[in-house]
Amino acid sequence: MVPNIDASIALVAIAPFVAAALAPLLHRFTKPLAGWVLALVPAAIFVFLLGLIEPVLATGAISARIGWVPAYGLDLSFYVDGLSLTFALTISGIGALIVVYSGAYLAGHPHLGRFLAFLLAFMGAMLGLVLADNMLALFMFWELTAVTSFLLIGFDAVRAAARRGAIQALVITNIGGMALLAGVILVQQLTGEWELSGLSALEGGLQNHGLYGLVLGCFLVAAFTKSAQFPLHFWLPNAMEAPTPVSAFLHSATMVQAGVYLLARTTPWLGDTVAWTTILVGFGSVTLIWGALGALKQTDLKQMLAQSTIASLGLLVLLIGLGTETAIAGMVIYFVAHALYKAGLFMVVGAIDHEAGTRDITALGGLAGKMPVTFAAAALAGLGMFGLPPTIAFFAKEEMYLYLLSPDWQALTVLAVLIAGNALLAAVGALVVLKPFLGPATATPKSAHEAPLGLLAGPVILGIAGVAAALWLDGFGMIVLEPAATAILGEPFESHLTWLLNLASPVIWLSVFTWLLAVLAYRQAGQIRTLLRRFDTALGWTADTKFDAVMFGLIRFAGAVTRLLHHGRLEVYLVTVFSMLALALVVPLFGLGAIAALWPTAELGNWGAKLAWPDMQLHEWGVIVLALAGLGAVVAAPNRLYSILAVGIQGTAVALIFLIFGAPDLAFTQLMVEILSVVILALVMTRLNLDERDHRPFEDWARDGTLALVCGAGVSLLLMVVLSGTLDTRLSDFFIATSVPIAHGANIVNVILVDYRGFDTLGEISVLMAAGIAILVLVRSSRKGRLLSPSTPPPAPVRGWVSLASAEPVPSKREVPAAKAGPVKATKAARPKPAATAKAAKAGPAKAPKPTATRRKRTTP
Amino acid sequence: MNTVIFRTIAPMIVSTVLVFSLYICLRGHNEPGGGFIGGLIAASAIAILGMATSAAKARRALHVDPLAIAGFGVLMAALSGLLSIFNGNPFLTSIWLYLDIGGSTVPLSTPLIFDLGVYCVVFGTIASIALALEGDDTEEL
Repeated sequence: MVPNIDASIALVAIAPFVAAALAPLLHRFTKPLAGWVLALVPAAIFVFLLGLIEPVLATGAISARIGWVPAYGLDLSFYVDGLSLTFALTISGIGALIVVYSGAYLAGHPHLGRFLAFLLAFMGAMLGLVLADNMLALFMFWELTAVTSFLLIGFDAVRAAARRGAIQALVITNIGGMALLAGVILVQQLTGEWELSGLSALEGGLQNHGLYGLVLGCFLVAAFTKSAQFPLHFWLPNAMEAPTPVSAFLHSATMVQAGVYLLARTTPWLGDTVAWTTILVGFGSVTLIWGALGALKQTDLKQMLAQSTIASLGLLVLLIGLGTETAIAGMVIYFVAHALYKAGLFMVVGAIDHEAGTRDITALGGLAGKMPVTFAAAALAGLGMFGLPPTIAFFAKEEMYLYLLSPDWQALTVLAVLIAGNALLAAVGALVVLKPFLGPATATPKSAHEAPLGLLAGPVILGIAGVAAALWLDGFGMIVLEPAATAILGEPFESHLTWLLNLASPVIWLSVFTWLLAVLAYRQAGQIRTLLRRFDTALGWTADTKFDAVMFGLIRFAGAVTRLLHHGRLEVYLVTVFSMLALALVVPLFGLGAIAALWPTAELGNWGAKLAWPDMQLHEWGVIVLALAGLGAVVAAPNRLYSILAVGIQGTAVALIFLIFGAPDLAFTQLMVEILSVVILALVMTRLNLDERDHRPFEDWARDGTLALVCGAGVSLLLMVVLSGTLDTRLSDFFIATSVPIAHGANIVNVILVDYRGFDTLGEISVLMAAGIAILVLVRSSRKGRLLSPSTPPPAPVRGWVSLASAEPVPSKREVPAAKAGPVKATKAARPKPAATAKAAKAGPAKAPKPTATRRKRTTP
Repeated sequence: MNTVIFRTIAPMIVSTVLVFSLYICLRGHNEPGGGFIGGLIAASAIAILGMATSAAKARRALHVDPLAIAGFGVLMAALSGLLSIFNGNPFLTSIWLYLDIGGSTVPLSTPLIFDLGVYCVVFGTIASIALALEGDDTEEL
């Protein structure tokens, strides 16, 4: 029986967001205590989640759902099993400590409230991610973590490095986010299942499906970008630009573990194939070694930890890839152990930075005496990173090495990689913990002293937790390991963790060998660092610089595309639009055979004899003559102003036709529109100083004429085809029948506009208003240009080049008209277009300067 | 264009046309007309006024910025649709009210308010464009 705790589980994901919204306000009132107060939210969530352990142990999983988009059968569903509970407990527990730590670390910072808001929102996204059952909700939370981590990494936005780190993290993780969305939709299409729990229960999984490769690719890209697997690992060290609390949170238990979580979550229905194992183990191994070596290369404590995080992520991915029972057990233990010690170490490093003023390992030493508590916390975390017995991390290593018990050459290779990686990581841990605290004291930028309680609470508690978990091994095995491993493996898993060390087993000796290697690497750290840096210099490039190259390439490409499509040449826009219209008209008519409706059919017989003049009255003939006269006037007009007027004649004739055929409303409107468009077009011509005459060279004229003919003929033919079919009168019958009874109006046209289709009209008037504002802005900007530089008027556009926003002075050959023009309003200036210079030159003689004043006389003397 | 005759009779034309436009708008529900066409007619009246005097004077005669009239129209149309929500009906469902005033029945309705909103939008938008184009360079928009 599943307990009904729907609302409360949803609250776990939502409460941090609410707290985030209140954080800035709260910070204003509780200034120095803001961290402590806000930490109550994650702490409460932690306690609530602890309460879920029992039902989860009893039933295996709890699910909860809230209606989301019922129309699509989507529910905002949550699913709590061992795996998500382990992650959620780690996130909320460490989150609470981090919030406290942030309050102390950024004490007095003017934007602490905002920072805490980002942090809590991020935590909410992360909790939602690990608890979500619906894959779309998972994707939503996944993207929310990307957005909130962007805000956190770029928190110190005045520094360019922080901005770059933030954008880089966002770009890389969003590539993964898009892949995840594609994968999620693909899986839903293949299985009809939106929910992870449903997929886990799927018979046979997806492994044998034809599109398995594609699905796997999508999910792997998502996981690898988020979890910083080689070669997409470079964003993680750059994300260290964030304040230390962020690094401590993002890179221990949260952000980067989202990918690991996804892989663990999808194991039941994607895992255990040759491709899965090969790719995960391959990438994991390379990332492990690469990250560990990268950590040794650094001297900055935070960078060392960042690089070691990459290595740890590689290790986790490798273990998931192996997928054996012991590997998964090792992965679960290592995840918890890593979260505990890595968050602790980051916080310690932040405390050192805070109190000593530097993070450079070569500039630090002998701090143990000045910061004893910090050293104790660091030592506890360091024991974990080194993998020594009193911590839970020791058992993670033991479990990993148990893989040896199925020996063949692949197993041995993986074992070698694991030992090397663990040894290097242990060496890094030793360096981070021992170097700053032991040895001779060195002068630091700030005189170091013990860190305040807020900075120490986190690392001390986490360090103790790491040891406590190991001491209470049975409990840890039962509460954390067994449910989580069961959830990943899909079959009951029994913990066999024990303190009884079997000295006869090779596993313990492998651990000892790892420690020996680590000590060796620790002693030779200086030489290894020099060697690695020399290798780097020899290589000459990093993935990081390649990222910049790609980004710049992208920006250049976007610029080129914009210039290609958005070139600002009105005539080309118009030609493009009308060409498309012509294609849209002609292709269906002739290509799809719609025109056949107009051809005479066989039963018509000798149709030529049946042709007769239509029976029309004199006034009807008059209207047609008027339309033809308008047409002739347009073509024959000596300048554009006449053309505009002539188009008005044409439109009036159309209005008359509407009137004759019983559409008075349409005719009325058509007439008004014609009048107003003639007035406005004429005003535009004079206001914007457009050239009245038409300078198009013959080829342009022919092109435009052809387009006009094709479009006109196309529209006419289309209308004739449409009219040749039978008219469906259902709608008009409905309107005629109901207009008076239910809409109380006899004018059907208007009743449709304001009642039946009122919502359409509302949209149309909004668009009309928006268009009006846009036109005003255009007129205003063209005028402002003239007001600002009365002596250098904008060049009059030639051949339809309407540059309305021509505020920038364009260097062009300008011919100042004769003195009789008086105050020069606008001079004709040929603005040579790059592509049409030859044409412009050809049309040169026609562009003789013409005093604008004479033209303006027509409207305003 | 700017002859004495035109300038003299323009105010008469404008006032007549404005009244006519309202008439066209109001009768629209049962006979040819409506808010859209009424707004166009009113806008052309303002365009005539702007030509005969000046854009600045036409603006002053309007008292309110034409674009503000247009914005008010959108608001009016939208709010008229909201009224039906209090009746428990979907957005834009019409409500009719027949008032008996001195023996004759005056039908009032939300579509009427809606149509007046359309009138204002069309009038305001077109008039502001026309006035912007008619105004001279020194004038503030």
